[in-house]
Amino acid sequence: MEIIVLLKQVPATESFIGIADDGVSIKTEYIKWVINPYDEFAVEEALRIKEAQGGSVTVVSAGQERAVEAIRTALAMGADKGILIKDPVVDNCDALGIARILAAAVKDLQFDLIIAGQRAVDDDNFQVGTAVAEFLGIPNISLVIKEEIADGKIKCQRTVEGGTVVLEAPLPALFTTQRGLNEPRYASLPGIMKAKKKPLDIKSLSDIGVDASEIGEPKSKILAMKLPPEREGGRIIKGDSSQSIVAELVNALHKEAKVI
Amino acid sequence: MSNGVIAITEQSEGIFRKVTYEALSEGNRLAESLGCNLTAVVLGSGIENISDEPGKYGADKIIVVDNQALSEYMTDAYTNVVADIVNKENPSVLIMGASSQGKDMSARLSARLNAPLAMDCVEIRVENGNIIATRPMYGGKILADVALYGKPQIVAIRPNAMGIAESSGAGVIEKLDIDVGKTDLMFVEKKLDIGKVELTEADVVVSGGRGMGGPDFSVIEELAELLGGAVGASRSAVDEGWRPPSDQVGQTGKVVSPNLYVACGISGAIQHLAGMSSSKVIVAINKDDEAPIFPKADFGIVGDLFEYVPLITEEIKKLKS
Repeated sequence: MEIIVLLKQVPATESFIGIADDGVSIKTEYIKWVINPYDEFAVEEALRIKEAQGGSVTVVSAGQERAVEAIRTALAMGADKGILIKDPVVDNCDALGIARILAAAVKDLQFDLIIAGQRAVDDDNFQVGTAVAEFLGIPNISLVIKEEIADGKIKCQRTVEGGTVVLEAPLPALFTTQRGLNEPRYASLPGIMKAKKKPLDIKSLSDIGVDASEIGEPKSKILAMKLPPEREGGRIIKGDSSQSIVAELVNALHKEAKVI
Repeated sequence: MSNGVIAITEQSEGIFRKVTYEALSEGNRLAESLGCNLTAVVLGSGIENISDEPGKYGADKIIVVDNQALSEYMTDAYTNVVADIVNKENPSVLIMGASSQGKDMSARLSARLNAPLAMDCVEIRVENGNIIATRPMYGGKILADVALYGKPQIVAIRPNAMGIAESSGAGVIEKLDIDVGKTDLMFVEKKLDIGKVELTEADVVVSGGRGMGGPDFSVIEELAELLGGAVGASRSAVDEGWRPPSDQVGQTGKVVSPNLYVACGISGAIQHLAGMSSSKVIVAINKDDEAPIFPKADFGIVGDLFEYVPLITEEIKKLKS
């Protein structure tokens, strides 16, 4: 089974996010960069499939030089090979542009299965994995918590509102991950040592046969960023007894806030 | 003059999702700003009895594709049919709910139609005939205004973020017989927890965290049930195995925007706050008066949740009777 994992490096979820002076991007000085948590599920699932069925796992990312660290971490977990598409055009892309570039990067690779995170926890676009499947003309199943591969087909259980749905697709196919799929392993020390010697290619757009004009101008653009409004409240309800505190709270929710 | 707004409705077992009414209402508002018509698209199998409903939310035309192959949402069949409709109608705007179906279909359509997409929008406005969408990023730590260029401009709206407004549209039904085209996906089975309120659509969410101390969430479940709401959990509660991953609220779980969010025994890690801070009213109950949840809450009680939550349930019962 030849498996490709699409991976993005994102700010760790515990990061405080501030807006940069340009007003349309975030301050990056104090950010700790990590593998997108949903892509970590993707790496883990790819490794489990490889361990059960043989084959190889290739991690593909598009981003800046620093994304090499995230790819190395995936290699240390056990992936075999990494490819980073690094190009000035990448930095200017929206999700659709990134999907086009990733699709071009994997098009000429051998693959039976592509696994991607349902979303990256920075842009929260929920878009790239599914769009890559469309550009490659292969089926996709999103928000997967369980998969099973047999006879050239993949059966996936996906989460929907209030339950789950099981779908089946012929390979090659792409699926995106949902929390609950697995618990990603930590990279072991020998894994980290081995990862240093594993192939990691940095390629430009022309290396993957893409002309910048094919990507075109972004179709969506951030005009402004703002912080969500601060809550004024923070009203701690105090009283002589728990009964009186609760009575005041319920009264406030009913009469002031009108939510019950 | 704009070519119109198309709202893609979503039904499950012959009932429209709440977010569909929100998409229709917002679509209607956009159509008015753009000076064009609202067309609703209803897809499914055996859906005749609900087909006229979008007319009550301002749809001037309702395109109905009733086809056995559309009985369940399947990415390929649905994308094929909607892409055909878009090519025929040539709309300026395509709006739908950012549900598990809408997120999947809008992403695939965006690639198919080479069309811009704003995912999970909480606010939309029109400037010079173009859509500007406000959408949370970084798990809600940032709100971004995003401009879309090209046609159709696709917007998927966050459930519970926009209001529902009734408005009479002509509601002319047009039945289309569209072939679902080439499909690869096969439906195997579906398991729905009937009667369970979906977290992302709930008006009230009562969540428990580490302070629950174990898998017994009954005090929380009782309050949620009384208010017709859903039960959520913090990441610690899920990691402990007390609740399933599908209950997790936060940056790597579900993002919820209920009218009322009650956080019980949740300290308020930044990732959790990201998942619930767009709730309209937040109540926090925690023993630790320095818990970071309190400044983010509208109302706080410092104390033991096992003492206070049952009292709250009783007090609301009294209020209701």
